[in-house]
Amino acid sequence: MADAPLTIFQVAGRAMSAQLVRMNTTASNLANAGAITSSPDTAYRTMKPVFRTEYDKATGLATVNVERVVTAGEDPTKRYDPSNPLADKDGNVWEAAVDQTRELVDMMETARNYQNNVEVMNTAKSLIVDTLKLGH
Amino acid sequence: MANDSLFGVHGAALEVRAQRMGVLASNIANASTPGFKAKDIDFKSALAQVEQTGDEGDAPTDLSASTLYRVPLQPSLDGNTVELNTEQTAFAENAVAYQTTLSFLNGRIAEVTRALKGE
Repeated sequence: MADAPLTIFQVAGRAMSAQLVRMNTTASNLANAGAITSSPDTAYRTMKPVFRTEYDKATGLATVNVERVVTAGEDPTKRYDPSNPLADKDGNVWEAAVDQTRELVDMMETARNYQNNVEVMNTAKSLIVDTLKLGH
Repeated sequence: MANDSLFGVHGAALEVRAQRMGVLASNIANASTPGFKAKDIDFKSALAQVEQTGDEGDAPTDLSASTLYRVPLQPSLDGNTVELNTEQTAFAENAVAYQTTLSFLNGRIAEVTRALKGE
């Protein structure tokens, strides 16, 4: 698969996969917003995918892959809450610092990009089908 | 190019349109990749290039000489020069033009078929 030249369907398809990974990280981030743990090491940190363009020399096309998923964003916030069952011996808990507004904006952008790629794929498909029907 | 007389400019035009569709699809696919530079095919020079080189078997003509970087209307901080509205407009325009070329080809095929049948 890696050696074969890219087609327009692979370009749009891989971009959709990449956007889906991004959507999944956003969902995880939002699900863990404000999650509380008893140490800063175990606290949830915001996850972000790293997008990398993949060029195809044979066709001149370029698609996108998720190179890796990294943790980014703010450190967990320490809060003094001795009544919390998860509090450590000093009475502190750590709260996952997820910027929810940013995550929601990211989610909207991801959805829009995904839709665009679906549209590209649909258009390409109908044009190719029309080309196959040439002369009929 | 042997089929030049049969299909005229439309064979070359279809090839350029097909390749441009791929380039624009690549731009849309990389709409959120930091540092990606959007490209587009200059239709006029690409058409001249395809007509000049002619039909060389199955391999598509290399149009990298006619593929230029797009100048963004408003550069973004992450170095990405894809502007979705520009790309969507270009993609739609290209799809319509592709379909137009197909209609020309279909018309030509119907014309020649009618002539062959002697109707």
